[in-house]
Amino acid sequence: MMSGTDLVLAVEDLTVSFDGFKAVEGLNMYVDQDELRVVIGPNGAGKTTLLDMICGRTKPTAGSIRFKGKELTRMSEHAIVRTGVGRKFQNPSIYENLTVFENLELSYPESRGVWGCLAFRRKPELVGRVHEIAETILLQDRLEMEAGLLSHGQKQWLEIGMLLIQKPELLMLDEPVAGMSVREREQTAELLRHICKGRSVIVIEHDMDFVERIAHKVTVLHQGKVLAEGSMNRVKNDPRVIEVYIGH
Amino acid sequence: MDYSLQDLGSILAMQGFAGVSLFSVLLLMALGLAIIYGQMGVINMAHGEFMVIGAYTSFWISQIAVAHGFEDYYFFVAILASFLIAGGIGYLVEWSLIRHLYRRPLDTLLATWGLALIMQQIFRSTFGAREVSPVTPSWLLGSWQPVPSVDIPLNGLFIMGLTIVVTLAVFVLMFRSRWGLRVRATTQNRMMSNAIGINTTMVDRLTFAVGCGIAGIAGAAFTTISSTGPTSGQLYIVDTFLVVVFGGAASLFGTIASAFGIAQGQSILEFFMGGSMAKVITLLLVIAILMLRPEGLFASKIRK
Amino acid sequence: MNGLMELFGRRSGIVPLLILAALILVVLPLVLEPFRLNLVGKYLSFAFVAVGLVLLWGYGGVLSLGQGVFFGLGGYAMAMFLKLEASDPESTAIQTTPGIPDFMDWNQLTELPLFWVPFQSLTFALIAIVVVPAVFAWIIGTAMFKRRVGGVYFAIITQAVALILTILIVGQQGLTGGINGITDLRTLKGWDIRTEQAQYVLYYVCSILLIGSILVGKFVLDGKLGRLLLAMRDKEDRVRFSGYDVADFKIFVFCLAAVMSGVGGAMFTLQVGFMSPSFVGIVPSIEFVIFAAVGGRFSLIGAVYGALVVSWGKTMFSEAYPELWLFLMGALFISVVMFFPKGLAGLWETHGRRLRNILSRSKAPSPGQLVAPVPPGPERVSGSEGAALARGAVMAERRSE
Repeated sequence: MMSGTDLVLAVEDLTVSFDGFKAVEGLNMYVDQDELRVVIGPNGAGKTTLLDMICGRTKPTAGSIRFKGKELTRMSEHAIVRTGVGRKFQNPSIYENLTVFENLELSYPESRGVWGCLAFRRKPELVGRVHEIAETILLQDRLEMEAGLLSHGQKQWLEIGMLLIQKPELLMLDEPVAGMSVREREQTAELLRHICKGRSVIVIEHDMDFVERIAHKVTVLHQGKVLAEGSMNRVKNDPRVIEVYIGH
Repeated sequence: MDYSLQDLGSILAMQGFAGVSLFSVLLLMALGLAIIYGQMGVINMAHGEFMVIGAYTSFWISQIAVAHGFEDYYFFVAILASFLIAGGIGYLVEWSLIRHLYRRPLDTLLATWGLALIMQQIFRSTFGAREVSPVTPSWLLGSWQPVPSVDIPLNGLFIMGLTIVVTLAVFVLMFRSRWGLRVRATTQNRMMSNAIGINTTMVDRLTFAVGCGIAGIAGAAFTTISSTGPTSGQLYIVDTFLVVVFGGAASLFGTIASAFGIAQGQSILEFFMGGSMAKVITLLLVIAILMLRPEGLFASKIRK
Repeated sequence: MNGLMELFGRRSGIVPLLILAALILVVLPLVLEPFRLNLVGKYLSFAFVAVGLVLLWGYGGVLSLGQGVFFGLGGYAMAMFLKLEASDPESTAIQTTPGIPDFMDWNQLTELPLFWVPFQSLTFALIAIVVVPAVFAWIIGTAMFKRRVGGVYFAIITQAVALILTILIVGQQGLTGGINGITDLRTLKGWDIRTEQAQYVLYYVCSILLIGSILVGKFVLDGKLGRLLLAMRDKEDRVRFSGYDVADFKIFVFCLAAVMSGVGGAMFTLQVGFMSPSFVGIVPSIEFVIFAAVGGRFSLIGAVYGALVVSWGKTMFSEAYPELWLFLMGALFISVVMFFPKGLAGLWETHGRRLRNILSRSKAPSPGQLVAPVPPGPERVSGSEGAALARGAVMAERRSE
């Protein structure tokens, strides 16, 4: 049950196995309101699988995921999104055929049913919000551009924008700076610090400098279980983490 | 309709055996298609026509055999020829048509349908619109009676034997040979296979050819249970697709189980309710089960 | 006119639709003799299915090889009403059981089967033409799309459904007229549908309904749903993770295409005077797809031309050179897929533009023109089937004002 603190996400005893291989085993993780949690760990540790299970892409074999009190493990992907969870994928997942504006418009959290779409009209409120988000993600001058023509980094930002416009309470980003230049990483770090306000964020990352810059708390996963948890400093100096993570 | 239990048993056995001939042809077609679909994600709508190539090849060879007096042995030649000719044409088809349509499975459906139409017309122009049948070798005539009330036709037994041999050969090829390893590697990770030096283009082409060749053998088998016409390829094509989809294309065992289930189910139902209703019920059952388990019976669970 | 322009939105051009309307409403009736016009009416009834396929397959990315099922459901609904009207006790006095359709009498039925009874009412039949295909599509769509069955699997299953329906119809001769279908239809509420005058009227009704279908299609595509369909083609997962139940949208488009096909079937029955299972099965279903493919799978209007051209070709060739025709059809399937994926509409787009540019002197590129249309051809490899095609088509649509 929920404790006195503002727990946004409670993952308890989460397990999933694929044909006998336990990708995640008995995982416990608790994320607070307005917290930026970074999840790190070597490849195969189960980080992406964890996100997959939270957003509904993969069904766990056991355990529970409670988001604001709702049990997510039984819900479908789009229902989970509507409760306020947003997921960004490793490879930028945007609509290449449509313009930046249309990408953001489609992500606007209204009229998401068939009849809603048929009766849809481009209201000034929506246009305003799209412009607002576009400014946050530095794409305000590219609104009429076909999304497929954006640079890799810009596509990542667009995807973040598409999530932001949904006003999620939990935002999950899978390697948001992968493939970005140094400058773009700085801009993204700034962007993330900005969008953290008023929501919880889970980030999977490998770039330790980046992690250090943004993390409130770090969770280290290894072989599907939590190895260590705490501030970046504490975790960095944990002997178990060092052993598992040599060279990183 | 009063049947004693023993009668019912005999009926089931014979009806079941009639199902076995159907099962054999269906399995051979499905094996060919499953290899192609599993490898390239391509559903070849002209697969039935490759079967017909095998059937017409058998017919043609049987005609030559009759003319030169070796009717009794021709069948083995016919089977081999069916495999080679159907496979050879499959090779050409892959090279000229299929390889251009790789990431477009729906378009491949349409293009191969067009191919099927062309092939049907070629059959009609070459062999005539009427159905033809090769001569049955004398040692395949008649039946075997293990128990007095059960009558099993010899050619049915032969076909079953042939199917077992081909299935085993496919198993050995896919899972025990070097080439099969290359095929499976390419299916699972094309880019990586290319990177380590596997000529994936040739692997694809040969796979397609082998799949068509096996359909050719199915055609040879088909000639023992039915006469062949230009449109005979359309008879089993939907069933073949469903067998492949139902079994979970990745699994050899799934294909076998699925072919068996569908062929037997239809045969047994046929006895009780007539051909067309039996087919309808079988198809409906397959679709219903597919809805419950869209991946097919034996698909493996891979992380996306 | 302004209201109509609003309806279309800024994107699609009204000119192609006007040209088509002029062609089928004015030019053809003036130029063709009644017999030929009736043939065109038949082709136009096929066009309904093709238009539905543009929505379902072109934009929705869902290939159905069983649209004949819905064409047949609508067609049979109309045929059943007309047959009952033609089987009144006086005309069927010589039958063993007067008052029922002749084929039922031949099959020793002595009374009207239960499911035939409501078709004595025209209202019921009209409702059935629209509702039955929609419900059928809804059932199939829900069973399939909610379980994420798509692509090749879905296509094969629609084929199986077409086969099932054909076998059922042919097998139950007493109930459905069997392989010959329901024939010898004469009057609609007393109005003889076989006269020349009636044929003209029916032709116009068919044409207007067809144009109506195109307008409905445009309305759907120009709005958010159209963009959503394109997004679903490109990245179905992302659409799901933006909070949309993807299955609902596929079901909607499938039902819409089914209703259009059903209406087409009904118009076919009225104009041709019979309905048989030879328009329901696997072969006719895939022919509907080729109409859409030849016309241009992204073009609602192109679908009509595709249906007209291919059907006319079929009529011409299969009479004169039947052997040649199957070759041509086969070659058509292959070449459309390999060389002209955007069909006639695509050709019009690339070559017609040059013509229009010459005619209208200067034409500065509009703001939306950032990407040249993707050239058709075997070299192009697209990540998601047709996504690149769709991109070109969407950009082209924006430019055609």
